[in-house]
Amino acid sequence: MTLHVEHELHTRRKGRNYGLGLILAGFIAIIFGLTVVKVLQLGDAAQFEKFDHVARPQIIPEEGASE
Amino acid sequence: MSDISASNQSYEANMGDYFALLKPRVMSLVVFTALVGLLVSPVPVHPFIGFVAILCIAVGAGASGALNMWWDADIDARMKRTAGRPIPSGRVEPGEALGIGLALSGFAIVLLALATNVLAAFLLAFTIFFYAVVYSMWLKRATPQNIVIGGAAGAFPPMIGWAVATGSISIESVLMFALIFMWTPPHFWALALFVKSDYGNAGVPMLTETHGRDATRKHVIIYTLLLVPVAIGLGFTSIGGPVYLAVAAVMNAWFLKGAVDIWRRTDADCEADKHRVEIKVFKVSLYYLFAHFGALLVEAALRLYGIGGWS
Repeated sequence: MTLHVEHELHTRRKGRNYGLGLILAGFIAIIFGLTVVKVLQLGDAAQFEKFDHVARPQIIPEEGASE
Repeated sequence: MSDISASNQSYEANMGDYFALLKPRVMSLVVFTALVGLLVSPVPVHPFIGFVAILCIAVGAGASGALNMWWDADIDARMKRTAGRPIPSGRVEPGEALGIGLALSGFAIVLLALATNVLAAFLLAFTIFFYAVVYSMWLKRATPQNIVIGGAAGAFPPMIGWAVATGSISIESVLMFALIFMWTPPHFWALALFVKSDYGNAGVPMLTETHGRDATRKHVIIYTLLLVPVAIGLGFTSIGGPVYLAVAAVMNAWFLKGAVDIWRRTDADCEADKHRVEIKVFKVSLYYLFAHFGALLVEAALRLYGIGGWS
């Protein structure tokens, strides 16, 4: 009355499981790649530093300085 | 019972069966035309974003193929050409195809919106809706003109590719859409004239069976005549140029001559030479589309060196 750890279902579905694993890994790679590209496209790092809710004196424009 | 068993199932679908749901051959045409739409646009796209966009369009097209197979399983089972598809052959459950179709549609649309823009995602969503609902569920079994309006689904990809880059719709993308839209009927009916189909047995109205082969020949020439100005007109837009126009002139003359040849023929002629002309025109139609979109790519490549287009 035991459940085998390695059930015949596992071997039968091996191809599917590997396939799904690859798809998920690809999906993660796409999201990661998109994030990197989108962030780098912002160019000026200050543009996204603004959104971390932390005071950052270096991104406050100096008085009299033109944007 | 000492074990959990699922061995009552005689066949377990593998990845290949699920992949077949996505109609890979249709997908290849979608990828090619969408890629051209993206590359010929005046706005440069980051290569990785372009890759993700094309992937989303391909997956969206595949998802609509899965939804089509889910809905049409009863028809597919009755036709020789389609009886081996995953659902009628029993390799994939209909519910699985529906689930895969809906899930992939959702993923493709949302990811395209996040990676590029909302207009491109909207166009992809509309394409999937058009193919799965307007064509598969509504027109396919209702009218012999199903292929005309349904062809719009296959015509959207270059428009989506263009929208990915520019975020807009313009005369260029509309004409690329119109080129595939007007090309589909003569291409498909040339095929229908020489392939022995069993659409009749499946209850799908096909022009060759509802209106006869003579009417189909007339339709081929009419739609080819309507196609020519669209194909030539595209040459005078910002993505056209002398190379495109030269290719279009040759290909349209070739295709038009084929359509006239078909129009002049009778069933007796077809029987006598075993549909030699129809088979030839069908092949020409494939070169036709490939040559037009290929010429647009050449123009875009030449523009990089300052010699393409009309400037």
